[in-house]
Order: sequence, then structure tokens, then C-alpha cells
Amino acid sequence: MTSQIIGSDLDDLVRRIPNGAKLAIPKTDCAGAMAATRALIRRKAQNLHLIVVPTSGLQADLLIGAGCVETVEGSGITMGEYGQAPCFGRFVREGRIKLKDSTCPAVYAGLQAAEKGIPFMPMRGLIGSDLAAYRDDYTIMSNPFADDDPIMAVRAIQPDVALFHTPLADRHGNVWVGRHKPLMLLAHASKETLATVEEVREDNLLDDPVYGPATIPSIYITAVAQAARGAWPLGLTGHYREDSEHFAEYMRLAATEGGMVDYLDRHVRRVGVAAE
Amino acid sequence: MSAGSALQRNKPIVDYAPEELLIVTVARLLEGIRHVAVGTASPIPGSAALLAQALAGGDMRVSILGSRESQVWSDTGVELFDCAGQGRIDAFFLGGGQIDGQANINLVGVGDYPHQKVRWAGSFGSAYLYFVVPRVILFREEHTRRVFVPKVDFISAPGTSAPNVYRPGGPWALVTGLCLFGFDRDKRRFRLESVHPGHTLEEVRDNTGFDFDIPDRVAETPAPAPGTLALIRDRVAVEVADAYPHFAKRVFGIGRETEAAI
Repeated sequence: MTSQIIGSDLDDLVRRIPNGAKLAIPKTDCAGAMAATRALIRRKAQNLHLIVVPTSGLQADLLIGAGCVETVEGSGITMGEYGQAPCFGRFVREGRIKLKDSTCPAVYAGLQAAEKGIPFMPMRGLIGSDLAAYRDDYTIMSNPFADDDPIMAVRAIQPDVALFHTPLADRHGNVWVGRHKPLMLLAHASKETLATVEEVREDNLLDDPVYGPATIPSIYITAVAQAARGAWPLGLTGHYREDSEHFAEYMRLAATEGGMVDYLDRHVRRVGVAAE
Repeated sequence: MSAGSALQRNKPIVDYAPEELLIVTVARLLEGIRHVAVGTASPIPGSAALLAQALAGGDMRVSILGSRESQVWSDTGVELFDCAGQGRIDAFFLGGGQIDGQANINLVGVGDYPHQKVRWAGSFGSAYLYFVVPRVILFREEHTRRVFVPKVDFISAPGTSAPNVYRPGGPWALVTGLCLFGFDRDKRRFRLESVHPGHTLEEVRDNTGFDFDIPDRVAETPAPAPGTLALIRDRVAVEVADAYPHFAKRVFGIGRETEAAI
């Protein structure tokens, strides 16, 4: 029997991301669910609290530029070799988004606390940085096992929804993540997890000794939608390359507010795209 | 160059690119290291780490993040940070849109936070790795007063900490397009170690917005030896092209610029 988890279409999937949700997405090389992200923009999502785990690129910039984001939390938004993230920079400059700047291991630490069901995680570093100065969810505590050892406590981060794309799921709703273990952490920590995948297999991935250890059990998965080339224009390890021409076009158009409207019309809102 | 005189024929003619001088200079800072990790978008530090590895007869572990053909991690997330937290990484590289005289680094932006007039990507792992990796080498090619400021606008990661703060790591040196600084953690100041060939102390002073210590006699950064250059061009160039194909193509003229591996 095929699980209820399997078989959503993209529009069903993104309806599970309400306005104002704390939405967590993985870093670019873990493959963002770009097709679902475009569906989310078409749904006119608003006031999202976007948690990038721990960084993002095009996916976050696109959501920001489309006006879906109220707060960005994470340790970096970059377009890598293409340059600075254009919409992120513009929205920060114009005071149109709130920021919760962090450092990579603090994002993981917060998710690890949520994964374990504990209120915070202690971690090294951070003391004396302005990151800590601007965060009310970071505070210095004393190591209870030492005399004088201040250590940073990072409050648990529990996203409402995690959204990501991977190559493979099975019909039971188990989702393979490969070496991208942060996706497993993300699923464990989040209230709901939505995945898009290239392919859905019949056999149970958890029974396979090779796939099993790198597979998120369906207990953590809310819904899976099949989306061929669902990470495009990002690349997907072992499947397809990043579309560098598209990135160049994005950088050109997203540099201005008007250009961004053009981009969204052309690649997100136009009818042909809606079929994806 | 004209087909030479006797003088020119007797003397080794070594032309090198500015990048090659920086690679050699950074590699020298890695002597004796067991494990160096290199972050994303760091082609010169990455090349330097590979050169240091070659010079150490391979007896050095180099972990380049974003390298496609030679994976060293089984996890794309916390593994690097946990590894560093345990002291398993001896050296790492950080940069900064701004760096000040106390080695505070700013990767966030220019102006009053949060709504800064210039916003950069963000702090990434700096606020952690700067504390736990013993030999953090600051690398910033652009040497201007825009970068080397009296005081950073935002401290992504502080250069020094109070004595009771757990901090086995911190700044070790700063390499720029003009010179090499060392960092004195007790004095909390940079010290000029050497000025690159073709540049002067005055140029360094004019382009640095903070105060630093200057030795009585300022050394010149040694130029790459011919054997080292050969090693860079024959071996390092090929290896670094895996993670940095564009850089390898531009500086060494090798590889497949448009052929990013899947």
C-alpha cells in the first residue's frame, strides 16, 4: 500500500506552509526544493520566518525578492561565485526584512536541541561577537562542571516546516538524503517536513543496508511530492548540473526591483511554469 | 623578453604571478600542520594548503570544502565544526569585508546594523572556528583602508577574548596583496613581518587604517623558488582545479572552466 504521505502535487505541498510559518531550508549544495519554492511564491506566501540551515543562496534570495519573507535567520546568504545576493542586499538596505544573523554551528546547535527535545544547547565560540549581542536567544551561562568557564547557550530552533529536495523516496514515505545529514537533523527538529524528490521507488529504502542509514524514516515526513528536476536551476549531486546561464540571468534581472518583477513573471508566474 | 644576453642566460629567469607569491607565502605559514581545512571561495588558501601538503611529502591532511572529486566528509553539516571543536583541525582561513587592528573580522556589512548600506553574505562559521582552530590565517588580497579599518562596523568574530573564555584558537597571521603581518595575541596587535616584492612600507602604511608594530628592519617576502613554482604549476594547479575550476583556468590556464562536475 502506498502511504498517504506520497503523491501530493506541488500546490498541495506548499499549502502546508502557512503565512508566518517558520520555514527551514537547507544550504544550496544540499539541493533546495526550487520547484516547490516557485509554487510557494505563486501561492503568494507572506511573512515567512525563513531559517537557512545554515546558509542559502538563490532559494532564499528569490523568496525575499518575491516579498514572501519577513525575517531571515541564518549565517549567510550568498550567490557564491556569482556574487552577493541581490534581493537580500536590497531588502536589508531598505529595512524591509528583519535579521537574525548567526554562525553555522549555532544554527545546527539550535536544531540539535530541538531534535533532542531540550530547551537549549551549549556551544563554544560566539562570546564577544556582535552576533550574540543582537540575539536574545543566545545567552552566556556558566559551565556547571567548572569554576570559571563561560559558555554560550543557544535556544532550541524548532521550525514549523522544513522543505527540501532529494533524489529519492519510497512509496512508504521514507526519504533518502545521501551524505546530506543536515536534512535528517532538519526533519528531526521540525514540526513538519515536506520533501520533493526526483523518483519514488517501490521497495522500502530502510530495508536496504546501503540506503537505509541515509534515509529519513516516514515518521518525520509530512508529505512528499515528485518533482523531476525539482532543484533546477540548482544542481543535484549525481543527477544534473547547476544551470549557470540561468544564474547569470537571475543576477542580471534581480539587481533591480523592476528586473525582479520581470524575472518572476518569466520564470515563476508564467503559465507554462505552473505545470511543473 | 628579448632573446637574452649572456647575463640573462646565466641567471634563472623566474616570472611568477602575484597569486603564486601569495600561495607560497601562505603555504609557509602551514609548516608543521597536521590538518588544514579550507572554506568555500578560497582558491589561494586552497592552493597554498595543497602546496604545503606537497612540500610536506604528503604528510598533511587537507580538507577543501566544496571539493567534488575528493570527498573527505561523510556529512555536509556539523562534522567540520565538531572536528574543529575537538582540536582535530590545526589551521583554517578566514577573510573579512573589514578587519581591524585587534583582528576583529566583519563579514556582515558596512554601516549601522541591521539595515546596513552595504550588506555582505554573513558570518558563516567564523564566530566559532576563530575560537577553536589554533592557527587561523586571515587572508584578504585587497589591501586598502576600506578593508583594514580602525574598528569594524560589526564583529562577526572577535580577534581576542577575555582570559577566562575558552579559546585555544585565534588569529595567527594576516596575508594581503601587499604584505604579511603576524598577530601578537598578548599585545592584541599586528606586527609587520614582510613586504611583498615591488611594494614598500609606505604603501602598506598608507593603505592600512589601523596601527601596527613595525620591526627595525622590514624584510621582503621571499619570492617563490623555481622548484616550488614548478610544483605549483605541475601539481597544485591540477589538484585545485577540482574545487576551483575558474581560478585554475585564469591563473594557471588549465582545466575545464565550464565543466563543473555534477
